[in-house]
Amino acid sequence: MNIHLPGADVTERTLAIVGELKGLEGPLLPILHEIQDEFGYVPQECLPLIARELNLSRAEVHGVVTFYHDFREHPAGRHVLKLCRAEACQSMGGDRLAERAKALLGIDFHETTPDGAVTLEPVYCLGLCSCSPSAMLDGEVHGRVDDAELEALVAEVRR
Amino acid sequence: MTVKIYIPRDAAALALGAEKVATAMAEAIAARGLDATIIRNGSRGMHWLEPLVEVETAEGRVAYGPVKARDVASLLDAGLLSGAAHPLCLGKTEEIPFLKRQTRLTFARCGLIDPLSLDDYRAHSGLRGLEKAVSMQPAAIVAEVTESGLRGRGGAGFPTGIKWKTVLEAAGAQKYIVCNADEGDSGTFADRMIMEGDPFVLIEGMAIAGIATGATKGYVYTRSEYPHAIAVMTQAIEIARAAGVLGQSVLGSTHAFDMEVRTGAGAYVCGEETSLLNSLEGKRGLVRAKPPLPAHKGLFDCPTVINNVISLASVPVILDKGAAFYRDFGMGRSRGTIPIQIAGNVKHGGLYEAAFGLTLGEIVDEIAGGTASGRPVKAVQVGGPLGAYFPRALFDTPFDYEAFAAKDGLIGHAGIVVFDDTADMLKQARFAMEFCAIESCGKCTPCRIGSTRGVEVADKIAAGIEPEKNRELLGDLCNTMKFGSLCALGGFTPYPVMSAMTHFPEDFSPAPLVEAAE
Repeated sequence: MNIHLPGADVTERTLAIVGELKGLEGPLLPILHEIQDEFGYVPQECLPLIARELNLSRAEVHGVVTFYHDFREHPAGRHVLKLCRAEACQSMGGDRLAERAKALLGIDFHETTPDGAVTLEPVYCLGLCSCSPSAMLDGEVHGRVDDAELEALVAEVRR
Repeated sequence: MTVKIYIPRDAAALALGAEKVATAMAEAIAARGLDATIIRNGSRGMHWLEPLVEVETAEGRVAYGPVKARDVASLLDAGLLSGAAHPLCLGKTEEIPFLKRQTRLTFARCGLIDPLSLDDYRAHSGLRGLEKAVSMQPAAIVAEVTESGLRGRGGAGFPTGIKWKTVLEAAGAQKYIVCNADEGDSGTFADRMIMEGDPFVLIEGMAIAGIATGATKGYVYTRSEYPHAIAVMTQAIEIARAAGVLGQSVLGSTHAFDMEVRTGAGAYVCGEETSLLNSLEGKRGLVRAKPPLPAHKGLFDCPTVINNVISLASVPVILDKGAAFYRDFGMGRSRGTIPIQIAGNVKHGGLYEAAFGLTLGEIVDEIAGGTASGRPVKAVQVGGPLGAYFPRALFDTPFDYEAFAAKDGLIGHAGIVVFDDTADMLKQARFAMEFCAIESCGKCTPCRIGSTRGVEVADKIAAGIEPEKNRELLGDLCNTMKFGSLCALGGFTPYPVMSAMTHFPEDFSPAPLVEAAE
């Protein structure tokens, strides 16, 4: 068992990220974004390291990580499908589309399919309100999403 | 001569397939050996026509849309490069009524130029405002902005010049310009469009603000939901820095100003200015009590101008053409132009910049062309999730800060979301409370607890449990939230709730039991 190896790796990479960014004014959010980009989530073991390097308490860092919706405490699926849940998308059948997505994937919001293929997340506005309902799949935006397009997106993540 | 073809890189165009169109066009041009080049512009704001492909001809730009990748071959066959006829041809872009009727001051270049070409920006009157500003006294710049009548376009409508004057007169070795680009309101996308379509105008506006107030550092705080805007804005800043627009010597002057982009992390409340400042400092996005004002103690306790993207992007034209030019547009105390964002269930969705004063009815029925579904309009939410729902009876309300306030509504960031007659206003009111509960920063009780209780009360009304008593309770709760909350999130959530209840009482009456039994 080499359970120490990933840990050592996380430590090393976390310290490298913090070292690179801590010269910024207000470096904590940029650091957390970079860590999430690196690992796909914010591993618990990063928090004391960040706290030590930035001279913050671990509680402060924990508070920040948990305040923002973006930061994950666990890895997401291989794909992340975000569906806009805000008013403009509601006016164009966004709620119905969300129910359809949940049924197609067999999961609720904030859940990952058992095969680890996709995580379904709500998002409150992608700024595509003139072409509602909208979705984002792995950073790619989709507007005027109808049933056919949703099915195509789901088929893509299932591949 | 090489023909220029414009295919937008705006996120709305990309969401509708612009990338595939651009790829197909590039391949077809190469395969056919045509002398043409593709420019990735911003969006013209006619989103029902996206992806809108334009071609430059001797008579001006000719538009085609909405174009799909599979249309590329037939467009080229028909003679796209000479602006020839085709079923998708819309004629000259500038002659399309939706665009022609606008007054584009802030969005003058959006969709017209290559957003990352500083030369293109200069060729279209860019940097003229900043060139004037570097030779002016700070107080004179502030006076110009004050006289223009520009008010904060983020929603609060506070006079921009007065905010700048406070920062100019505040003592401090370090001052900041913070651009609030945390455009989280549903129905709004003007900030995104400027950042993706004309980022230099925001850079220019921020540099002018810096010179006017003595601030040397700027931050654009935007949303993680806007990856395309982040990418364009970041590149534009690098280009501006390399060209000497930003840096130790702005346009060769003695003024220093530099800036960077910071990304939020999915918290709606960070669009509130004090919450945003905490987030920029690397803290939880908790709202701060005011006073002290950010102008006195803002980012890192330093004097800080915090303005919306559109406020800052409107400054260059004011400096270039003068306060009077800008002030002459508009009505009452709402001066200049406002980019109205038409969204939701509409036929013609997009961005429409016009002088203040259009009525809501003109916007919804004429400009937006009614609903996409073809059904009657039931309600229009103006000003984002914290804005009121307006019924048709109030469609004569002119787009003006005071006129909307007089009808218990707000303009906010000028987004309007149209709903057809299938909308259930009790459900919309419940959503307003639910959204507030999800996004509350938790600092004050009326917002944190009130929103959760609000959802419960709305559910009781829907279930037909003591409806009269619970409607009264919901009104009482809204009153507490409105007057007891620390910021606009808790304070304005009552607007959609109360307006829904006031204007659509029929949706707040419980369904008869027979229906429920069916």
